[in-house]
Amino acid sequence: MSLNLTLVGQLIAFAIFVWFCMKFVWPPLITAMREREEKIAGGLQQADKAEKDLELAKKKAAETLHEAKANAAELIEQANKRATQLVEEAKDQARAEGERIKSAAQAEVDQEVNRAKETLRAQVALLSVAGAEKILGASVDSEAHSKMLDQLASEL
Amino acid sequence: MAGGSSTDYIKHHLTNLVYGEKADGTWGFATTAEEIGEMGFWAIHVDSLGWSFAMGALFLLVFTRAAKRATAGVPSGLQNVVEVVVEFVDKTVKEGFHGRNPLIGPLALTIFVWVFLMNSLKWVPVDVIPGIAHALGAPYFKIVPTADPNGTFGISLGVFILIIFYSIKVKGVGGFAKELSLTPFNHWALIPFNLFLEIIGLVAKPMSLALRLFGNMYAGEVVFILIALLPFYLQWTLNVPWAIFHILVIPLQAFIFMVLTIVYMSQAHEDH
Repeated sequence: MSLNLTLVGQLIAFAIFVWFCMKFVWPPLITAMREREEKIAGGLQQADKAEKDLELAKKKAAETLHEAKANAAELIEQANKRATQLVEEAKDQARAEGERIKSAAQAEVDQEVNRAKETLRAQVALLSVAGAEKILGASVDSEAHSKMLDQLASEL
Repeated sequence: MAGGSSTDYIKHHLTNLVYGEKADGTWGFATTAEEIGEMGFWAIHVDSLGWSFAMGALFLLVFTRAAKRATAGVPSGLQNVVEVVVEFVDKTVKEGFHGRNPLIGPLALTIFVWVFLMNSLKWVPVDVIPGIAHALGAPYFKIVPTADPNGTFGISLGVFILIIFYSIKVKGVGGFAKELSLTPFNHWALIPFNLFLEIIGLVAKPMSLALRLFGNMYAGEVVFILIALLPFYLQWTLNVPWAIFHILVIPLQAFIFMVLTIVYMSQAHEDH
């Protein structure tokens, strides 16, 4: 149990172990651990950034969507307006056309009637002259009168 | 128990296997207590030294393996275990030592793991390895190197040398001498008194390191040996709790040795 040379042996062993540890064990382990720490920290930071980016992108997408919806609504409204306008225009046009056709027809009809009247008048005059000639030709023949009158009437 | 009285058994278990020069001038293993006494300083505890070498080699083997494969990627298995220990030691060093010295980390790690491994030999039942050694012809055998004052003083002497070395390196010979002679009382008349106090304080550092570890381990071992004197069917009632208790004692003593080393090294680096 006394102190002896073992102490020196132990001291030398201690020195060698510490030297070896300092040379081959400690540096690679600590370096690897530090590197990993940095890597993890970087990864976490990136994850944070990505999350923020995602949020921003989401917001932007929502904004764009909203804008597109508003645009679409406006377009539809415009189209509707235009459509009603077109319909109104078409209606107006149709009405005007109808009116025009109607007045043209009316004019034609009037013209025709006038023409007929004219012809009739001429014929009536002719007939009356013819009738008077006939009456004056066979004066007392009532039968012939009436016959002639009938003829006149049917010719009218 | 290999015959003989209890006292013999205890003495036998507390004696190291010693190699040295016998009284008649021949070299060999001491077979009796008298022969060990005659060998004096120039003798070697083959068992203590062998087991401490083995434990140190085990430590370096395992840690070098992990260090070689260490990457910044995902660690696994052995590397995890090793990194936990290194991280723990590194944290303790950072808390206790504020200077910059690449030696302190490896020093603390070596002390912690090596002392822990040497202490942990106590968990081996007291008769197993000595029994094998006796069967192979060794007259004595004692396996726990930290229950041998040589084992603990060897380490604390190394720490002491480092304390002196760094004290002189950081503060200069003059600065170190000044610290020894002018603290705590800064007056020329009190220099001898200061020197007396400071040198006692300085020498107490390795003494306390070595004796604390040795005392704890030796006492624990004596208790294990005493328990081994009980009838075999009763031993478990005491040696199981005592071994469980050592789950606390063994790492704690290694930790204390490491922390105190860090503190002493830190003091050596402090320039007033």
